[in-house]
Amino acid sequence: MNLLLKIIEAENLTKTYNGFAAVDGINFHINRGEIFGFLGPNGAGKTTTINMLTGLAHITAGSVKLMEEDYTRNARRAQALMGIVPDESNLYEELDGRENLCFCGALYGMTKKEREERADQLLEQFGLQEAASKPFKAYSKGMKRKLTIAAGLIHEPEILFLDEPTTGIDVAFARQIRNLITDLHKKGTTIFLTTHYIEEAERLCERVAFIVQGNIVREGTVAGLMQETQGENIINFTLGGDFSAVEAEFRNSFPGYDIKSGKNSTVSIHSPASFTLLPLVKFFEERGLPVFEAKIVRPSLEEVFVNVTGIELQKMQTEQPAKTGPNRKGSA
Amino acid sequence: MKAWIAFSSIFMKDMRSYYLKPPNISWGLIFPVAWTLMFFLRSPVAVEVRDLLPGVMALSILFGTTSMLAVTITFERKSRSFERLLLAPISLNLLMLAKTSGAIMFGIINAFVPVIFAAFLTDLAGINWLMVLASVILIAITSTFMGLFIAVSVSQVFEAQTFSNFFRFPMLFLCGLFIPLSDLPSFIRPVSYALPLTYGADILKTAVSQNGVIAVPLSFLALLAFSIFLFAYSIYNVNRKWIL
Repeated sequence: MNLLLKIIEAENLTKTYNGFAAVDGINFHINRGEIFGFLGPNGAGKTTTINMLTGLAHITAGSVKLMEEDYTRNARRAQALMGIVPDESNLYEELDGRENLCFCGALYGMTKKEREERADQLLEQFGLQEAASKPFKAYSKGMKRKLTIAAGLIHEPEILFLDEPTTGIDVAFARQIRNLITDLHKKGTTIFLTTHYIEEAERLCERVAFIVQGNIVREGTVAGLMQETQGENIINFTLGGDFSAVEAEFRNSFPGYDIKSGKNSTVSIHSPASFTLLPLVKFFEERGLPVFEAKIVRPSLEEVFVNVTGIELQKMQTEQPAKTGPNRKGSA
Repeated sequence: MKAWIAFSSIFMKDMRSYYLKPPNISWGLIFPVAWTLMFFLRSPVAVEVRDLLPGVMALSILFGTTSMLAVTITFERKSRSFERLLLAPISLNLLMLAKTSGAIMFGIINAFVPVIFAAFLTDLAGINWLMVLASVILIAITSTFMGLFIAVSVSQVFEAQTFSNFFRFPMLFLCGLFIPLSDLPSFIRPVSYALPLTYGADILKTAVSQNGVIAVPLSFLALLAFSIFLFAYSIYNVNRKWIL
């Protein structure tokens, strides 16, 4: 197994259509084994970026490396190492589930025995054994999406590209797919995920990049970005008694902390530095105030996104595709 | 080896999904049968049946291959399943050869339906079968690549059908099958020589009735040149229009 840390490195990646920059000189990398989220509204350049990385679009300028090898001008060399799951399920309607997986395996040169074994393994992993012999056209939308993801994994790629994996499917299937993505991640699969569902990215990704109008406006770990936005640390306690009785003593004991009381039994403590929880709990317990709940308050990734991009979430999820050129799905 | 696995899988899938489907088998049989009966009923004399055989064979190939390939590729493009093929780690040339091989096979099979009918109606002795087979293969390849050229020029299935007819019907009357090239007005003759079917039909005429007018090696070279041009131009267009 190749132990290189960076699986993909994009430098100054640019795509223009008739002079319009759909993707405008972006830089990012994807580390081995991580889920990297690419977030942005419709028309931001997400799919165009995936198309460039996977060889479905010519790169206007810049370069892309897969495991340190430049494939900017010859994506075919890299395609064997990639699994690609488009935003629409695009398997063959006439073939059944197993046949679709086997056909996809054959496209990557897998022998009959290899692809049949792998197809059965994936059908089991994705809970589709019972539908294995049904034609793809008889599948529900969620099942179609699951089989399409399985097809992207048939040849055990180094990196899996997932373009909007839960868009347009019902809540139950979306949840199943998120669980599958988490399982794949636990098994070490590197995943490049584009989505406009910020919560999904927050739940699944380790690192994210925000792309707006073809530019990456912020990139970092989810935790780091949230920390950066937060500015101060907040912890909320729910106590088994009245905090006001010990407030003065608390202020003397912890002079660096700012206190905002809610009801008598709740208290919100703010601090520019990180909290050490044990002394706080000990303080309350020793004064006959049992701690029922201690909750660290963090900003959501959604707040970070709104802060950084100025784009309201509601707008992001309903926005019509921007005119970015001849994009396959009508949005970049 | 890996490329061969991909190639054969695409070929087998297309044969199964498109060409061996009952409606297409019936199209593949009914169309040549209809052509055959149409001309044979008009020309009941045995010797004329033999004269008409090259024309019916050539048209069966032309109509079968161009229709099927243009429609199947446009359909796969529309459903985006063609993207899956473009993302496979095989060269674009090999991919398109795999994609067209099913239609070529379909065209070759179609060509021999009229032969089977003719065998019941006339004596087929003295036919140069090797030359027939070689020309059938080359006509099937050229016609299929014409279908590919049409497929990469349109985006809708109905456009593929319309655009196919734009090429096929002029060919029908100008390739010398029903009106000898020498009987065509002189200003139209250059157009006839610019059509691949003219050369394919002429080889078949030579092979079946020894009455072709163009030197056989020249006709083979012309068909080969048309095939290479149509394939190369289609690949160029795929690269330009489908890989954005």
